[in-house]
Amino acid sequence: MPASLLLLLVAGLSLIGWTAGVARGRGLPAVAGSPVRPLPGPFGWYVGAWVAAPPLLFLSLWAVLSPALVTDTVLATPAAVQLPTSGFQRATLLAEARALGAGESADAFHPIARALAPAYAAAQARYDALATAAVLALALAGGAWAAARVRPGFAAAPHVERMVAALLLAAALAALLTTAGIAASLLWESARFFGHVSAADFLFGTRWSPGAVDPADPGASLGAVPLFWGTFLTGGVIAMGVAVPLGLMSAIYLTQYAAPSTRRRLKPLLEVLAGVPSVVYGYFAALTVAPAVRRLGLAMGIADASAESALAAGLVMGVMIIPLVSSVTDDSLAAVSAEMRDASLALGATRSETVMQVLLPAALPGVMAGVLLAVSRAVGETMIAVMAASGAASLSANPFRGATTVTRQVVDLLTGEAVFDSPKTLAAFALGLTLFVATLLMNVAALGIVKRHRDRYA
Amino acid sequence: MPDQTGKQPSAHRRRRAAAEARFRFAGLAAVALSAGMVLFLLGAVAWRAAAGFTETRLVVPVDLTGMRVSPDRLASRGADLALSGAGLAEAVALSADRAFGPGGRHLLSTGAWLGVRDAVKRDPSLLRGRTVFELPAAAALDTAAEGRGTPDAQAALDRLERAGAVRRGFAWGMLSGADSTDPARAGIGGALRGSLMVVTVTLAIAFPMGLFAALWLEEYAPRARWTDLVEVSINNLAAVPSIIFGLLGLALFLGTLGMPRSAPLVGGLTLALMTMPVIVITARGSLRSVPSSVREAALAVGASRAQTVFHHVLPLAMPGVLTGTVIGTARALGETAPLLLLGMQAFIAAAPGGLKDPATVLPVQIFLWSDEVDAAFVDKSSAAVAVLLVVLLGANALAVTLRNRWEARR
Repeated sequence: MPASLLLLLVAGLSLIGWTAGVARGRGLPAVAGSPVRPLPGPFGWYVGAWVAAPPLLFLSLWAVLSPALVTDTVLATPAAVQLPTSGFQRATLLAEARALGAGESADAFHPIARALAPAYAAAQARYDALATAAVLALALAGGAWAAARVRPGFAAAPHVERMVAALLLAAALAALLTTAGIAASLLWESARFFGHVSAADFLFGTRWSPGAVDPADPGASLGAVPLFWGTFLTGGVIAMGVAVPLGLMSAIYLTQYAAPSTRRRLKPLLEVLAGVPSVVYGYFAALTVAPAVRRLGLAMGIADASAESALAAGLVMGVMIIPLVSSVTDDSLAAVSAEMRDASLALGATRSETVMQVLLPAALPGVMAGVLLAVSRAVGETMIAVMAASGAASLSANPFRGATTVTRQVVDLLTGEAVFDSPKTLAAFALGLTLFVATLLMNVAALGIVKRHRDRYA
Repeated sequence: MPDQTGKQPSAHRRRRAAAEARFRFAGLAAVALSAGMVLFLLGAVAWRAAAGFTETRLVVPVDLTGMRVSPDRLASRGADLALSGAGLAEAVALSADRAFGPGGRHLLSTGAWLGVRDAVKRDPSLLRGRTVFELPAAAALDTAAEGRGTPDAQAALDRLERAGAVRRGFAWGMLSGADSTDPARAGIGGALRGSLMVVTVTLAIAFPMGLFAALWLEEYAPRARWTDLVEVSINNLAAVPSIIFGLLGLALFLGTLGMPRSAPLVGGLTLALMTMPVIVITARGSLRSVPSSVREAALAVGASRAQTVFHHVLPLAMPGVLTGTVIGTARALGETAPLLLLGMQAFIAAAPGGLKDPATVLPVQIFLWSDEVDAAFVDKSSAAVAVLLVVLLGANALAVTLRNRWEARR
């Protein structure tokens, strides 16, 4: 039985368990010493949970284990002797046989895969039957045990309370597991990469050409400095050059000068920018901004102005980040106490003097934190870089020339038809690790600044 | 300008007033520039999208009398095979040659005969005679009709227009078709379906998990160092670049667990991990804003902790939770980068039938089409951008109204 049907079965059984629990709970007399009879609801939840939980736990384990079990059974059949012993081709043949056996593909390319397909189908059917039987047995056993406990004197409510708390805790721990999963997968694959290439070559090498990796010395063409430079140039310099002045000044104007009605109308318009997905910005950068920037570069006499320039990608990244900078500035200006502002105005300072000399210095930590978050957003931005930045690495400071970014290279390395496990694809994970660490540090620093700031002014 | 004392302002004060005016102007300019960029972006998209949503059709009398197909095969599931085997494509091409002169078949889109096929399947009596069809024109003619075509295509179009064979109309195929190598037949139907599947998986996982995690953190968590760790990890996850989630999905779901590439199931799971922290953070905010008097009153009349949370606190916080869910879902719907790493960038010419079938999603389709050389694909891509923006901005507007109504009620 397929997984979705099994889940439906568990849900149905659980509902039956709930009804049975309520029915049994309804007839129970009051506990000795209590003036009221217990409510039937908790008994229903108690039995229902005991019907559902064991099979669900089993199924989640089964989902991880069963593919390996099925493959093991297939490998034990006589037909498996013809399989090549080496890794990659063996895996391809097995995948093909599995797809054919499961009816996902109409025919297999290799005769060996065709021979193995019936074995796969048989093993899969056997294990599926086993899983169905186990699910039924676990659900019935759990339900019977829980229903048997529903007797006079048994209080289900505290048990249900504990189950609810455990469920909520499990959900919260899933977030922790995700973080751990990201760290583990990046570290694991990067460790394999650094088994091929030394960390010094990767971090300080100035030549990046993954298309021509020499198997004898992969480190010589996998030096990431040009990528770091390109990322810094587009995300750190050009994007911030657009986003910081525009975001800061928009926030100052909207909070200090604009009439409330103007503010009410303009602010949502800026928030629209935040709701536009990055692929649309990428599309805009590639089709509208990049050709314009190239024409501008040619008009300025830069002969090698590229259609995939750092300037085009950086400009659009900057536009994308304006709402982030402006909303953080808005919040930190609002957090400065009104007394300071009023005192400055009362002393005869103009509005601009108040903003520049009183409000901004007080709000500076918050604004700095916002800018840090904005840099981390720009550095991690992928689609604009993929669609508008260049794929070739260079170490040029000319914004009209092409520049590539870390994110762009991650996508390029993992979407080409490369063999998995080569230093080239593993390099993507090393780049991902660098990106993860860099953005994490920036976020932690930003949160730290905000927290200290809040403690000082609150 | 005299001030209150009646004296002319000093040079110093004039300088200050000028600085003030400059500063104010700079602020206004910044707002105008930012708002102008929004309008420019939306305008540029709408302009090109209009071209992507219109198609050029040619009026062709198609003669099907030579076709030999038995009626019972037409009713069976092998009808497609039967019709193409009987030479329907060639029959349509010959009709086009007759109508528009030698080479007339090249004026039609290569998939034009599929429209005839579907019509015949609906009404087999068409096989007995001549019928006038409006069939999609070749992409080159479509581009010419928008005024950007090659001189050859323009000349052909002018000739056809004089013959009265050209029709322009809304491209319904754009909304229903899947990806194709022929721009006249490519549509976003398959991608929309893929997006729907991915988002369904994402919501089914991220909503309960996010809500439960938020409930635990706000209502149950003891003050301890390890609960701080959970909190910090959720806040950090919300700021991790999306492509890192793609790497996680690649290593975990495709690598370790051996799930199929390009499948909506894997994409949905990966985006669920990304969306969950967004939901947790907004849900916590709205749980926190429920006054503690509500909890105390419930506990005082004997409600248990779970009853307090689920019967009293959660219903009050639900609008805020839903706002966060809508915003998180909109983000997942527009996300592209992680899905590229999971193989959803492959060319997929059929709409997915199940969660494990290869699929693509709307943002990835935009990315793929904008990379094409053919200008007709770029128009398609703009039309797809317009659809995506309408959906996402609609979702955001929904979230904002939900929030405002909720805030007004309190």
